[in-house]
Amino acid sequence: MTLLGQFALWAALLLGLWCVAISFSGRWQGRPELSASVVRSVYAVCGALVVASLSLWTGLINHDFNIEYVAAYTSRNLPSYYTFSAFWAGQKGSLLFWAVVLSLFASAAQLLTPRRYADLMPHVAGVTTAVVVFFVCVMLFAANPFERLGFTPADGRGLNPQLQNVGMVIHPPMLYLGYISITIPFAFAVAALLSRRLDTGWIHAIRKWTLVSWLFLAIGITLGMWWAYVELGWGGYWAWDPVENASLLPWLTMTAFLHSVMIQEKRGMLKRWNLGLIVGTFLLSIFGTFITRSGVIASVHSFTQSNVGYFFLGFLAVAGVLSFTLLYTRWPALEAEVRLESILSREAAFLFNNLLFVGIAFSVLWGTLFPILSELVRGTKITVGPPFFNRVNVPLGLLLLALTGIGPLIAWRKASAANLKRQFVGPVSTGVVTLAVLLALGARDFYALMALSLAGFVAGTIVQEFYRGVRARRRMHGESAPLAFGRLVARNRRRYGGYVVHLAVLIYFVAFSGMAFRREMEATLKPGESVELASPFGHIYRLTHQGISQYETLNRIVSAATVSVTKDGKPAGLITSEKRQHVDSFKRPTFEPSTEVGIRSGLQEDLYIVFAGSVQGTEEAVYRFNVNPLVWWLWFGGFVLAFGAVLTMWPGGGPLAPAPARAQAGYEVTLVGAAPK
Amino acid sequence: MKAGRKFLLGAALIVGGVGFLIAEGVKETGVYFLTPTELAAKTASDPTFVENVGFKVGAKVVPGSIRRDKDARTIDFVVSDGVKRYPVTYRGLVPDTFTDANDIEVVVEGRLGRDGVIRATDVLAKCGSRYEAVPEA
Repeated sequence: MTLLGQFALWAALLLGLWCVAISFSGRWQGRPELSASVVRSVYAVCGALVVASLSLWTGLINHDFNIEYVAAYTSRNLPSYYTFSAFWAGQKGSLLFWAVVLSLFASAAQLLTPRRYADLMPHVAGVTTAVVVFFVCVMLFAANPFERLGFTPADGRGLNPQLQNVGMVIHPPMLYLGYISITIPFAFAVAALLSRRLDTGWIHAIRKWTLVSWLFLAIGITLGMWWAYVELGWGGYWAWDPVENASLLPWLTMTAFLHSVMIQEKRGMLKRWNLGLIVGTFLLSIFGTFITRSGVIASVHSFTQSNVGYFFLGFLAVAGVLSFTLLYTRWPALEAEVRLESILSREAAFLFNNLLFVGIAFSVLWGTLFPILSELVRGTKITVGPPFFNRVNVPLGLLLLALTGIGPLIAWRKASAANLKRQFVGPVSTGVVTLAVLLALGARDFYALMALSLAGFVAGTIVQEFYRGVRARRRMHGESAPLAFGRLVARNRRRYGGYVVHLAVLIYFVAFSGMAFRREMEATLKPGESVELASPFGHIYRLTHQGISQYETLNRIVSAATVSVTKDGKPAGLITSEKRQHVDSFKRPTFEPSTEVGIRSGLQEDLYIVFAGSVQGTEEAVYRFNVNPLVWWLWFGGFVLAFGAVLTMWPGGGPLAPAPARAQAGYEVTLVGAAPK
Repeated sequence: MKAGRKFLLGAALIVGGVGFLIAEGVKETGVYFLTPTELAAKTASDPTFVENVGFKVGAKVVPGSIRRDKDARTIDFVVSDGVKRYPVTYRGLVPDTFTDANDIEVVVEGRLGRDGVIRATDVLAKCGSRYEAVPEA
């Protein structure tokens, strides 16, 4: 099967080169058969890469350990779903995954884009295929997933135990889907520049693509936090590690872009800024791959260090120079149609929001690169860690949270004093009341107080927006409250979906500020001994060490330490935390031991137990106990965010939308039936 | 004042604020990242460095140097870059990747005592191949 895979890669390369050459030469203009050929070659490349992927999967599932990649990432005793997901467990497979998904997206973009953008499509085909060709080249010339070994090992090395987690099956593909789909909006932006169609057309064409990739990135990042929390055992979910930062950077600039395109659509401003943002976002996604794959920055994620990173650096440089040169040559055509009228306008709020997003992205980038920069400039390596990122980003993040509440309240163009008063009284009072309640309850952490009161303010804004929308519909159409609510959201999905996303963001902030109150304690306990731990919500946990049991299972030897818990004197069950030594099918240890955290999650707080080891083979155990407040809300916020984003991009909705689908009609009918009259 | 001017003022405030936060953050939280050889050079040229300045040292653990005390919560070991060696003492839980295997790379954060021992506040271990399989011995 590797021969087929290898052949398919070469086929993809040749077809891709044809597509890129014709597209960029411009020969297709006025020659419909050539433009059709450019578009068809996108599908052909996609077909070839699908064949390559299927042949890699065949190798994995058949345990063909003669393939280097299969031997390096799987073993006979690995559960089959991990054998399947080992496709993206290593670098070479990830490259193939990236290439095949990108060409699937590129084909979808060709198929799904309305005909009125037909003149952009050959350009789009050229740009997307150029990126695919780059990935195929990296595989063929530096990291070939189909490489064979000179011998066939009896068993593979197995998958890293930390990757043997459901989150790890979904987290990398989600992030990749986010990174990869950024290429589509980027390709449309370049196509608009190349064809000089610089109206807002390209922005309409990519609106859903940007939302899709923004959502995938957000889900990927949140899943990554969840994975780090349950699997790495240090007690938190975000450590400002370079690899984490690399996933955050394009998400930040993408979020800025999602806001600033609204100004371009409504007011014809910010054309250059938007193009710059989307190009920057694409480059940041490539940059992220470069720093994670090259090992230039020390990270706990250190993947194999290889020259693959430098392919990415080269690509980054070429893509950056070409796209910014292109942007420069079209600069005069991108003049704004109007000027800013007032500082008290939604445009201004959005502009400040954009500056803050880009400022945060810049500070994260700066902190991530600082070891390299300081070594270059001053000769000594200086590193900055979580204290730096928190110090810089907490205040900026809070300003941003405030703008989340202010933006929707302020009118376009110019807000009047009466308008400001009418809009702000409710939300601001909510924020002030929140602050007063928290102070009365005894909370004292400054930033947490700020975050929670601003969250109250933003919640006030969102509730007020929904309330006024419903009230207006009830007055105008005489609808019942639930019907008015349903129709309000269904007819203005973009706006109210956006508010749901804002709600998710404030839930994230609430969860983040919970960590300011976390408690931690280490203890060495003999069986029967116990310790007490007080939580920030005033609960008292009593933790009694029960003992350590050892057993063998599927692909590991497990030492499990069990703690019985009482909460405020009432029994709250047993929690087990494990040390696992993974072994291959000959019982030889494969990786360093790994920890399986014991977590009891609740709406208020998580009890988080790490079994750090036993004392010299006895049943005396070393534990670390954490109480982490409000963590559950982070995962819940992830669901709210996904719901809001899907609502925003759900087809139909606006006044220009086609007739509603059947399902939607049925939905409305049930609402009418259920509505109390 | 025109709207454009006001906006530019606000923008300048944000940009300036971001710049200030970054500069101040680096100054307040940045730590040296040194090899044992560089640490020796630093302490030789600047005697105030001892006990006063926090740093990180990236080095390898000398095989066989790891001593854990009875309750397994204090750990002593020696790091080296092949030229200079420094003993380290650390109280706390070390990560899973910190094993007695050969060739583990560690990043030790802490300060140097007058006795030449690094008092670590944090120990990160990196088995050069965390997301890769262990090479065949």
